[in-house]
Amino acid sequence: MADRIHKLTIPSSTRYLEDVRQFVERHAERAKLPEDSVQQLKMAVDEACANVIEHAYKGDTERPIDIAVIVRPDRFTVRIRDEGEGFDPAVYQEPDLTRIVRSRRAGGLGVHIMHRLMDQVEYRQRGRTNECCLTKYRR
Amino acid sequence: MSSFSVGFRTLGSVQALDLRGELDAHTAAELEAAIEKCQQDDSLQILVNGANLMYISSAGLGVFMAHIEEIREKGGDIKIAALQPKVYNVFDLLGFPMLFDITESEEEAVTKFGSPAPSA
Repeated sequence: MADRIHKLTIPSSTRYLEDVRQFVERHAERAKLPEDSVQQLKMAVDEACANVIEHAYKGDTERPIDIAVIVRPDRFTVRIRDEGEGFDPAVYQEPDLTRIVRSRRAGGLGVHIMHRLMDQVEYRQRGRTNECCLTKYRR
Repeated sequence: MSSFSVGFRTLGSVQALDLRGELDAHTAAELEAAIEKCQQDDSLQILVNGANLMYISSAGLGVFMAHIEEIREKGGDIKIAALQPKVYNVFDLLGFPMLFDITESEEEAVTKFGSPAPSA
């Protein structure tokens, strides 16, 4: 079976996050993924896009975020591309919830959620483009 | 655009917040405003009813984390009740049951606050 690719581009505003979740849900259901995998993909992609908006584009709401769903026989991948500031995965540390509560600063959980929910999380940089691929394998 | 709302109810000394819809990075500011209003009103026994909460992302979870310490220092608490299983799974995944009092029913949370449960 050939790969199937479905694409969506949104402006870098949180108001479009629900559209992204619906896009991922629709294609994950069509690909007949189990319900828990559909929910996990929705959330991981939401977190990745929210991070692009906040950290890569630093709140600029007019920049593009390109999302592609890639359906393969053995896996379902969502690729998120932006042209903002890159993310260095080497600086990622698993968050300490108690420390976050004590510091009274929200945030820092998104990348942790992506890693907990996905089978594979990959980051690449191609020229000025940052790419994050979130993959769930079929069981 | 994500649809989300917070309803306010008073249950004796407990301030109930009824969450409805999807709580994400776009809508988390509404929950933030609701919890800040409770603090301004000195209503520090906050019961969050999640029966109609369909989705939560880290932005929503972060609101609870940012406020819980200050509310507890002042003698109050945020208790979270009646979450749908798929939403509870997100709280559980991140270890929230270790940090927050999460109950199956609203009545259970009210009882834990030490107030009488409201009559039906």
